[in-house]
Amino acid sequence: MYDIAIIGAGVVGGMIADTLAKYDLKLCILEKESDVAMGATRANSAIVHAGFDAAEGSLKARMNVRGSEMMKDVTTRLGVKYNNNEALVVGFEHERDEVKAIYERGLANGVKGLKFLESEELHALEPHLNKDLTCALLATTSAIVCPYELCLAAVGNAMDNGAELMLDFEVSAIDKNGDAYTVKAADGRTVETKYIINSAGVYSDKVAAMTGDADFTITPRRGEYMLLDKECGNFTQRTIFHTPTKMGKGILVSPTVDGNLLLGPTATDIDDKDDTSTTAEGFATIFAKASDNVADIPFNKVITSFCGLRATGSTHDFIIKEKDGVVTLGGIESPGLSSAPAIAEYVEEILGGINALGAKKTSYKAERRPAHYFRELSMAEKNEIIKKNPAYGKIVCRCEGITEGEIVEALTTNPAAHDLDGVKRRTRSGMGRCQGGFCSPTVVELIAREHGIPFESVTKFGKGSIINYGKTKGDN
Amino acid sequence: MKADLVIIGGGPAGMSAAVAAYDAGIRDIIILERDKSLGGILRQCIHNGFGLHRFKEELTGPEYAYRYELQVRERNIPFKLNTMVLDITPSKVVTAMNSEDGLFTIEAKAIILAMGCRERPKGALNICGRRPAGIFTAGTAQKFVNMNGYMPGKKVVILGSGDIGLIMARRMTLEGAEVKAVCELMPYSGGLARNIEQCLNDFSIPLMLSHTVVEIHGKERVTGVTIAKVDERRKPIPKTKQYIECDTLLLSVGLLPENELTKSANIILDRITGGAVVDQNRQTEIEGIFACGNVLHVHDLVDYVSEEAEIAGKAAAAFINGKHANDKSLKLVTDGKVRYTVPQCITACADVTVYFRVADVYRDVRIVVRDGDKVLVNKKKQKVAPGEMETVTLTKEMIEGVSTDTLSFSIEA
Repeated sequence: MYDIAIIGAGVVGGMIADTLAKYDLKLCILEKESDVAMGATRANSAIVHAGFDAAEGSLKARMNVRGSEMMKDVTTRLGVKYNNNEALVVGFEHERDEVKAIYERGLANGVKGLKFLESEELHALEPHLNKDLTCALLATTSAIVCPYELCLAAVGNAMDNGAELMLDFEVSAIDKNGDAYTVKAADGRTVETKYIINSAGVYSDKVAAMTGDADFTITPRRGEYMLLDKECGNFTQRTIFHTPTKMGKGILVSPTVDGNLLLGPTATDIDDKDDTSTTAEGFATIFAKASDNVADIPFNKVITSFCGLRATGSTHDFIIKEKDGVVTLGGIESPGLSSAPAIAEYVEEILGGINALGAKKTSYKAERRPAHYFRELSMAEKNEIIKKNPAYGKIVCRCEGITEGEIVEALTTNPAAHDLDGVKRRTRSGMGRCQGGFCSPTVVELIAREHGIPFESVTKFGKGSIINYGKTKGDN
Repeated sequence: MKADLVIIGGGPAGMSAAVAAYDAGIRDIIILERDKSLGGILRQCIHNGFGLHRFKEELTGPEYAYRYELQVRERNIPFKLNTMVLDITPSKVVTAMNSEDGLFTIEAKAIILAMGCRERPKGALNICGRRPAGIFTAGTAQKFVNMNGYMPGKKVVILGSGDIGLIMARRMTLEGAEVKAVCELMPYSGGLARNIEQCLNDFSIPLMLSHTVVEIHGKERVTGVTIAKVDERRKPIPKTKQYIECDTLLLSVGLLPENELTKSANIILDRITGGAVVDQNRQTEIEGIFACGNVLHVHDLVDYVSEEAEIAGKAAAAFINGKHANDKSLKLVTDGKVRYTVPQCITACADVTVYFRVADVYRDVRIVVRDGDKVLVNKKKQKVAPGEMETVTLTKEMIEGVSTDTLSFSIEA
């Protein structure tokens, strides 16, 4: 019997697991995919929003402002890269009133460090902006963070403190028996638990329905992105938003913590909770809208494009509620990443209120070594490590400079990677300009070796995503 | 650590440069190779057709590489394997890393860049759809098949008719896969004519010119692709869309010289070749730093790589020995139909073979080299094509006699 089962290992579920891991609880995280961070967390804008967007008085506004305040400490503790790069909400002259309104709303939401900029100051800050932009809101608390890196670190830290992660666990039914619940997976596995946290992202309405709650629905909103080579990472220093519309914050241009330039997202509501395909219309929209804000973007430096789904809820605010020991988190769309630490804190408060938490552990370890510690070391420090473990002297991914030692670490530390994309998200191996062309056969070999599985059983991202079909004629 | 000559890359270019430098009297040489043995990409090119020019016989890639490896070994030229160069500076300090030595630096008198090239990945193409398993560059598939001994696909569509794509069409077929089509965006193939004959026509694999892949289908593994014909602006024509069922999409859509290190030394790159701007000695704008092989510009035949690397090796030796004449300063300019030349400039009076590629297929034309109004070379060609590198040899006398400061290269009727 578990005390708490968290359904969904995205950044929200992960941050909750990390927060609850300090209690003396039997905790499990149930994830339908073959890795954590596979839903909205995998593909979003990677921004820690300052908090000026959400309507005054909304749960979104409260969680965003608080989450943004907490983020620096959380990322430091978990060893996750965080860059307070600031943001600009830019506008043309005819949009001046809207930019002003966002500024006022930010002040009302209690956002610190906001400043209204006129044309000259704006263009002095960011020389690549479209010259026709005449005003902007500067948000000095806005930051960037890698969402899946944060999720991996949070889940990893929870696991290091005793939480269990069950992958490929697609929840198909939830039965109540007395004071406890039985959570059933599609493959027949079951988990008995006293409390449930539903952080299932775009599927949170389905999971809520299994607990008898049909109060809300989630419409996936497709967001397509393009990522540019690291050569372009300094194209803008700040995250550049345009004045927002009803469908979201529009197409942004932003550096990433890893030094690439990110363009996107589009915003299209769709029915399929699984459809992460990119479209020709999406590419065209990104080209056009990104160019409204920033001039001369080197679109020929695109190294990849991808699509994520935001969990847009029917209430248009975050839904966070508890009933009969089930905490439901619905509609955690943007600014979900920014809010995640605050949501976790709020869930902790809710569970405390129903006496679900009990005493704290004496053995809890809050700090986590940064996943990317090796590459930050000095030459002498690296050589110390290489002397002890020669695998750290062997570069596997030449574009990003990732060593075999780092890849083996990704395959053996919590939460361990099981597939090619899992290694990529943990180490950046295959994320560079050649996009895995050179390193993927070697990474496949390392996965097979470390997990003791046949070469042809290694997948790209679990389930049917096989990479090789079997041996060649001569090798049979 | 110090060395007279550091060669970055132990593929055909690096090995050939090392041998040439050694034979010109340099002994303190070190080759740094990132892979576990010498040979570079030739190790996975197990088909034949290499060495026709150099050795007058048909060798496989590994055989060709081994001939040079023997020459390196006979001379006892030192090399370090599994060694990745991470940085070079304009003052010729090389930083590298491997398991035995850890991170280390070498102060070099001269450096030869021979890092080769990489394939253009899918991301750069903006094809719609998800990102299922089953999309590989042709070279990655080649590594899986030839080095690992595994089959990355059974029903294959190939986008791009670069040589590796053509070679893999045949290779996958021989291994029992069904190659359904090779789609080429351009109205002509980017590969060698002999490869189209031997790798596609001999196996009845259709080459669909002016076609591209517009969408990839499948969630976990590729289940098919939608292809379409493109108009003269290379835009897909919607009504020509057709679905092809397949489990694999191989990409052979261009090779890019791998010049991250060159950039780290602040060396100017040619916008068209993607490699350094060099003189006839393959010296970059930084004295004592040379480049050769596919890192300089992508070659069709390894034979030419070896030839070019010998030039760089000899020149590096001359530089180290302080015998480096600069008695001329000519810029080579092109008319657009000639896309680029290597070298891009000439700094001494000597016989110089100029390599170049053309922008399109042209028939019954003349390759013309001019010094102002004076025609130096006027060479008739039945056909020139982007997929086949062309050469023009300028004699020492011609270069001595040039009265202006530029030589212009053009394709004329």
